Amino acid sequence: MSETPQVTRPLRTPLHGFHVERGARLVTFAGYEMPVQYPTGILTEHLHTRVAAGLFDVSHMGQIAMYPLSGRLEDAARALETLVPVDVIGISEGRQRYALFTNAIGGILDDLIVANHGDHLLLIVNAACKAADLAHLLRHVGETCKIDPLPDRALIALQGPLAEAALVRLAPPIRTMRFMDVRTLQILGATCEVSRSGYTGEDGFEISIAADRVDALAHALCEDNSMMPIGLGARDSLRLEAGLCLYGSDLGPETTPVMASLEWAIQNVRRAGGSRAGGFPGAEVILRQLVDGAPRRRVGLKVEDRVPVRGSAKLYPDEISESSIGIVTSGGFGPTVQAPIAMGYIDKALVTTGTRIFGEVRGKRVALRVCDLPFVPHRYKRNRN
Amino acid sequence: MLKFTDDHEWLRVEEDIATVGITDYAQKQLGDLVFVELPAPGAKAEKGTAAAVVESVKAASDVYAPVSGEVTEINQAIVDEPALVNRDPMGKGWFFKIKMFDPSQLDGLLDEKAYQAMIA
Repeated sequence: MSETPQVTRPLRTPLHGFHVERGARLVTFAGYEMPVQYPTGILTEHLHTRVAAGLFDVSHMGQIAMYPLSGRLEDAARALETLVPVDVIGISEGRQRYALFTNAIGGILDDLIVANHGDHLLLIVNAACKAADLAHLLRHVGETCKIDPLPDRALIALQGPLAEAALVRLAPPIRTMRFMDVRTLQILGATCEVSRSGYTGEDGFEISIAADRVDALAHALCEDNSMMPIGLGARDSLRLEAGLCLYGSDLGPETTPVMASLEWAIQNVRRAGGSRAGGFPGAEVILRQLVDGAPRRRVGLKVEDRVPVRGSAKLYPDEISESSIGIVTSGGFGPTVQAPIAMGYIDKALVTTGTRIFGEVRGKRVALRVCDLPFVPHRYKRNRN
Repeated sequence: MLKFTDDHEWLRVEEDIATVGITDYAQKQLGDLVFVELPAPGAKAEKGTAAAVVESVKAASDVYAPVSGEVTEINQAIVDEPALVNRDPMGKGWFFKIKMFDPSQLDGLLDEKAYQAMIA
């Protein structure tokens, strides 16, 4: 008996035509045909985002609305708190927060953003995890909330110091938003959910808009000379310089938030002694690690030489030892820092800034220094005008 | 004489010395290079095995020795400035020179017309 191989064609985002028109090189990522770069190239795209503004198509990411069946948003927030070690009830209307779905051993199932839109919560999840996240939500909070996936909505990110100037012409109210604010705004006649956030370390915005309206918006934004479309290649080097985790590389079901150095995402109210301590999957492990620390920890790594040390490179305490003390989870060249940079997990005992360790690249040991993250300072707009 | 491999290396042959680099097509596919590792002068290179490494922002790739021989000279300029390979792949962006052991290996390589047809 012969089996016919299942050939699955990659999905396309509503901006597929926009990417093709601009000469993007397309690759399959998380089941979607996505632009890895445009003809300008990753270096130019990366540097342009840091000095001007970049437009990123992130429509492959999952958008899920959670409506409380009771009509009281706090009930949806309380339900979501059973799945994340985060203070969801404390997210005010018009604000959003970073969160993590955890599993029974305290590992991370996905990282996400939770926004309070008044009558519902809007969750933005990773593309590769969205089907599993949806099933997870339906199974665990489906009795108290209407879980509404939004496949007909596109998502674009505008990032960089000139993102505000480019968007303000089309949406004047964005001027008064600060980092992690969310608002419902009319842009070119379309109702958009706008947040002041992103994943590059720069100031910027993410705009959720109906799929059939996004192409017009992308074209209008690119009429601004400071705005350049940016592919996934530069998105990856930008987030690495900003010290931000990529799910599947830096985070996974065996990585706890404490191992991942993401303690800041767990507010005191959910920690031991807090009024809503625990009550999420893996709480026992995570609450204990918040006090005692984890055996391994995510750190920044700077390469002493010029050679990039990439994901899955093994780490050693010296040039000869056979026993590995960690592993690189993301690594490459940082165009803004003009040097190879990496993030990885190393044994607790070596987690001190400046510690010299070695990574293995093509059979050779390369010296690295443990360093603080981020590699490039964040430039979020934390204060209101 | 100018020859090409189907792995997108080029060789410019003068007597028994072949100057080796990567093609314009290859540099475009790789994107902006940020790191180049070259063999040591005097090293033996074996046809079809990795002789140099190039790294773009995204990934590392091997550059293969198109013929067997001894590396006589390397282009330190591309180590100091990898972008030179993107700017001038067939000229200032050359990689290394090989003194060929067996010039008859050239017979199996592509000429320019055949290479252009392959990438078309």
